[in-house]
Amino acid sequence: MLTYSLRRLLWTPVLLLIISFFVFLLGTYGPGDPVEVRLGHNYTPERAERLRDRLGLNDPFFVQYGRFVGRAARGNLGESLTFQNRDVITLIAPKLLTSAQLNIAGSIIAICFGVPLGFYAARRQGTWIDPTLVFCTLIIFALPVFFTGPFAILIFAVNLDWVPVSGWGGLFDYRVVLPALTTGLPGIAIFVRLMRASTLDVLGQEYIQTARSKGLSAGVVNYRHVARNALLPIVTILGFTIAGLFGGSLITELMFGIPGIGRLALESVFSRDYPVIMALTLLGATALVVANLIIDIVYTVIDPRIRLQ
Amino acid sequence: MVAETPDRMDPGRSPASVAWRRLRRKKLAMAALVILATLYTLGLFAPLVTGALGKDYSDQNLLKAQHGPDAENWFGTDRLGRDIFTRVIWGIQTTVIITLVTTLTGSLILGVSLGLLAGYFRGRVDTAVMRLGEVVSSFPDILLIILIAATVRPRIVELVRDFEDATFFSGLVATGVVDFIVIGIALLPLSWFGTMRLVRGQVLALRESQFVEAAYSIGTSTPRLLVRHIFPNVVSPLIVTMSFGLGAIALSEVVLSFFGLGVQVGRPSLGRMIGETIGRTGSSGVSVLQNHPEQLLAPIAVVFLMIFCWNLLGDALNDVLNPRTR
Repeated sequence: MLTYSLRRLLWTPVLLLIISFFVFLLGTYGPGDPVEVRLGHNYTPERAERLRDRLGLNDPFFVQYGRFVGRAARGNLGESLTFQNRDVITLIAPKLLTSAQLNIAGSIIAICFGVPLGFYAARRQGTWIDPTLVFCTLIIFALPVFFTGPFAILIFAVNLDWVPVSGWGGLFDYRVVLPALTTGLPGIAIFVRLMRASTLDVLGQEYIQTARSKGLSAGVVNYRHVARNALLPIVTILGFTIAGLFGGSLITELMFGIPGIGRLALESVFSRDYPVIMALTLLGATALVVANLIIDIVYTVIDPRIRLQ
Repeated sequence: MVAETPDRMDPGRSPASVAWRRLRRKKLAMAALVILATLYTLGLFAPLVTGALGKDYSDQNLLKAQHGPDAENWFGTDRLGRDIFTRVIWGIQTTVIITLVTTLTGSLILGVSLGLLAGYFRGRVDTAVMRLGEVVSSFPDILLIILIAATVRPRIVELVRDFEDATFFSGLVATGVVDFIVIGIALLPLSWFGTMRLVRGQVLALRESQFVEAAYSIGTSTPRLLVRHIFPNVVSPLIVTMSFGLGAIALSEVVLSFFGLGVQVGRPSLGRMIGETIGRTGSSGVSVLQNHPEQLLAPIAVVFLMIFCWNLLGDALNDVLNPRTR
């Protein structure tokens, strides 16, 4: 088991290096000349050449890539092209924090509703409740954010006037509810389905039969034997949820006017602000890789069966 | 599920017909199948359908802009007085083409072949393919799609222009071929890995089975072994995943087009219709819902139906084809 964890730990930097290479490749060979964008009206061939030299854009590809990695490792992801002389990290950091808060709120909603409902559905298999719940998750899952967003605003903000139409005050502000609900809704469906499948799986195991036949009360069997084991696979999905803290809710952010990375990503794509796009992609990928690594290790800690193998 | 179902024992029937008979008993799944068939047929024959109604997706009638549904315009008209029904039908065609392009290239050809190879040969091939998949799936999906679509598009446009100059095809760029290639490429990194992993897992188990050993021992060649003996046994789980995946592709088109990276020419697409009505900031979505709900609801209803029906069908197919998992 130790070797497995070690191998995972050693593979992670390699993986990140490969990812950074792809990001750099896409960014470097993307269309549009960053020098042209930066100089704007002051563009002359001489100035462009000088700037290119200063930015090191005339160096060979691998020299540039090496510099990109070296700087990225020290937390320097270059300067934004459109926001003159703002370095990417200070530009991204606050927006990233905002997006992360929104996604944490969304995930909390998804998990708090999804997991118990999925458990409930599995326990009611064979009655009308289970198929009805499954059918509802299919509906929820198929509703696009493009609909749920405006619809939620129309009902709760315009008609009922419970919350303002837009605005953002962080995770502990009541205005977080609507956008969190919008991002969390498809997640509820996902967690219901996962938890249901995983619970059904556990219910079919022999140790559940054993626990019942030795006369344990239904409550003890349900929560100590079934729920605990059924939750294990859910932990793996948490990795993706944490990583989703990055790119998952671009559209929700746009709709609710939340100053997260959604708008920044969109604007940087349209203004060809490659350093920003590269940084966002790289940070997103790093988050996913690290989250999965942590989940993998946590998993071995909470599930002794894996540790002993 | 217990193996007591009589048709399962029936030796005269092919597995496909057994599955079909079981599927036919599921009313919801059949309803989903009918809806999907209708939607996709309408989309495929969009020129015929809308031609029969005497309408074209670019026809403008500014005197009747933002009009509600009536006998002439079933779903009303948009800001420029274009018939929303016609545009929705053409939008479905866009989705159908994108679905075909991405599934055929990404999930099917690439995913299945790499999965077969990795699962059968294991060792280095397997490691290489799995590691590549790990890299690709590490990217945040929407950002990666946006990044690829934005960087690849100009190159593809150039390529197609060169192709037009070199040959006597003209107007290729205008037909929107470029957009379909770009979207196909942008969705590729995300579409193949899931299929590949599924196929690989199945093959890893199948290659140890006795019928594969038997086929191997009578000297069956490796390609024949893979295609004739192993692949048919992967088909049923594959159908189930494809069913779930097709709904997801419909959504990807909408997201890409919403960000202005989908279909670019005048051709209508469901994503563009949604994007145009609710605006890129999404702020006008509420007023559209209040004043002209049909403009937003018509394309969204189609997207919803596609995702919903594919998932419903996927669930049913899963019950029918993989009875063990229940």
